[in-house]
Amino acid sequence: MTRKQWLLSGFVTFTCLASTLASTAAVSGPIENYAPVTAQRLENPEPANWMLYRRTYDGQGYSPLDQINTSNVKNLTPVWTFATGVVEGHEAPPIVNNGVMFVATPMGQVIALNAKTGDEYWRYKRQLPDDLFQLHPTSRGVGLWEDKLYLATTDDHVVALDAKTGKVVWDTKVQDYKKGQYMTLMPLIVDGKVIVGGSGGEFGVRGYVAAYDAKDGKELWRTYTIPGEGEPGHDTWQGEDWKNGGGSAWMTGNYDKDTKTIYWGVGNAAPWPGEMHPGDNLYTSSVLALDPNTGKIKTHHQYHQNDSWDWDEVEAPMLIDLQRDGRNIKSLVHPGRDAIFWILERTPTKINYVAGWPFVSTDVWKGIDAESGRPIVDPAHKPVVGKRVEFCPSLWGGKDWPSAAYSQKTGLVYVPANENFCGGFTGEKVPLKPGELWLGTKPEDIGLKTKPGADHFGELQAWDPATGKKVWQHNFPKSQLFGSVTATAGDLVFVGGTNDRNFRAFNAKSGELLWEQKTNSGIMGMPVSYEIDGTQYIAIQSGWGVDAQRIQDALVTNNIGIEANVPQGGVIWVFALKK
Amino acid sequence: MKSALATTACFACSTQVHAGEDAPGSDERPQKGDLLVFAEGDQEGKPVTAAALSAGGPPVHAWPKDPKTSVVRSASRLNEILIIRLDPAELDEQTKARAVDGILAYSAICSHAGCPVTAWVKSDVGDKEVLKCMCHNSEYDPRAGAQVVFGPAPRRLAALPLALADGSLSVAGNFVGKVGGAQPG
Repeated sequence: MTRKQWLLSGFVTFTCLASTLASTAAVSGPIENYAPVTAQRLENPEPANWMLYRRTYDGQGYSPLDQINTSNVKNLTPVWTFATGVVEGHEAPPIVNNGVMFVATPMGQVIALNAKTGDEYWRYKRQLPDDLFQLHPTSRGVGLWEDKLYLATTDDHVVALDAKTGKVVWDTKVQDYKKGQYMTLMPLIVDGKVIVGGSGGEFGVRGYVAAYDAKDGKELWRTYTIPGEGEPGHDTWQGEDWKNGGGSAWMTGNYDKDTKTIYWGVGNAAPWPGEMHPGDNLYTSSVLALDPNTGKIKTHHQYHQNDSWDWDEVEAPMLIDLQRDGRNIKSLVHPGRDAIFWILERTPTKINYVAGWPFVSTDVWKGIDAESGRPIVDPAHKPVVGKRVEFCPSLWGGKDWPSAAYSQKTGLVYVPANENFCGGFTGEKVPLKPGELWLGTKPEDIGLKTKPGADHFGELQAWDPATGKKVWQHNFPKSQLFGSVTATAGDLVFVGGTNDRNFRAFNAKSGELLWEQKTNSGIMGMPVSYEIDGTQYIAIQSGWGVDAQRIQDALVTNNIGIEANVPQGGVIWVFALKK
Repeated sequence: MKSALATTACFACSTQVHAGEDAPGSDERPQKGDLLVFAEGDQEGKPVTAAALSAGGPPVHAWPKDPKTSVVRSASRLNEILIIRLDPAELDEQTKARAVDGILAYSAICSHAGCPVTAWVKSDVGDKEVLKCMCHNSEYDPRAGAQVVFGPAPRRLAALPLALADGSLSVAGNFVGKVGGAQPG
């Protein structure tokens, strides 16, 4: 053998070794025996799976699994972790379908993993444009239908991926990212339709909900959240305000499978001071009831009118069957950003106000009109142009987008709330420039203040929606609470959301803290539970950023002794009971 | 100016803008010899002169303009530039060497998530005013090469070398450093 031949031969051997190593180190796709997702499976998901944003169409965030429970949760231990390789806010629930996990992360990435072993099948990385700017660099998950996945991207496309290989099946542009239009939500899948809503209220967009054909990406309908000329509700706006009136719809809706109605939360009016867009401003800060086949608005309920506080109400209300006031109520339950815990009744033609009460302290509302459900505003705490106005709670509200949960076992609603935060700003008429923040105030004027003498900020609250009574509350003395809550049939409530990087489990009945685990970063994602081969798992993404970090910046500036450095970088954590 | 206005109009009216519809060169990065023109305000499209800059800030927003074709390079937002005039005595040695009469130019695109750097405000962590991105609170000190003093930004703003002749500013070389966010979206 000549030296050259030897070198060549060595090279070949090395590449073979490398490819062998690659195939043994990871399972590496394609995925075999993938279980296609059907309407029936989404309407009645197997207890072992988590295939929708909140597991079930009713948005309750409840897992019927109970192997992990109050008596053994102290033995919960990590079984595998996986680094996502990117920073910023990791907000998506790990989605699980028969042992396969799909995780969406910031930077337009989807990772498919063996949910039992943590081995990677495939990874999709979107090539995002260099000139993309991101106020909320995140993704809240992938929707499932048949053998495909659906990702809504920050450069405002909907992308279909082959679930088995991660290869792009279709890619449809929704709107123009250069104008500040983008998406961060997990698409809602209803009977072969991929339903999304747009972000960008801070950039003066007009919000919408739109549906795409899961097979080919063709747009089926688009319903603007702000009615155009000639449409019902248009008269709640003046002049041209509606064209840039906000009402973005950037969170996943819920779905009533019995009446075939989607319930979708709508964001605040833009720009912030209500004086700059007089009127009720339908359908901002509302919930819309939509027909999934046509996008037609069946009915609506506006939580509060003429928003002036950045209080969007984008988290869709939970669908809960309630026994209240001596009757059965098909309810919509929504702990609002506007600090009001809302109980509504859904009927085929109307949404009725049932009850509402403040779940954190607020100086904005004097009360709620018992007939109409309209909150009565105190003008002293409603921002205006040319004068600084202070209000409580802060811009981030009593509860922002992180989801509350409902346990079918305890009958309680668990709310990730924030207390003792107030805000304020001076309204200012600022011209709209495409692609720049358009808030109706100088961004540098926005404040988050803590109340003097406050002994805590974050609160995990447990409410009985049937009686309106608070059953228990856990306070976080040195942190906000900015993470979604999940309840399980093991009488447990799981939540991250604090700046000390902990993931916690509470007793769902008593509020006792039963278990905690320090993770790599802060958690603002959604806990999920699933089962494989008789073992129950809990999974969460840890990765701090976006608004949790913004609040943190304000906390650090105002308060000595608050954790200054919450490290960033995403990791998927999966836990099970120690054997 | 015409080109800049045309581009703005296209952003506002159409989702079907194709790169090919922009004037040739309008999305190319600033080049040596380019003039600098105001990106906004009453002076939009007019050359940025040393006399038009207030000592000690705030910065003005500018676009590069090809002097041969009169094309304003505003088709890419990555070309937006901040120009600021500071007291030369406040500048560190490296920054002073790049300044002309205390005038400095930086990319207006935050190195974190690519938002525009729009504010000139007192720092959260000191007494001096800083360039600030209001998307996620990153702060940059223009006296020290726009190094990061607060917030999640991983690196300084890219700097643009300047030349000053007869009171008018022009570009003296390519951006120093990477323009744009570290991790888009």
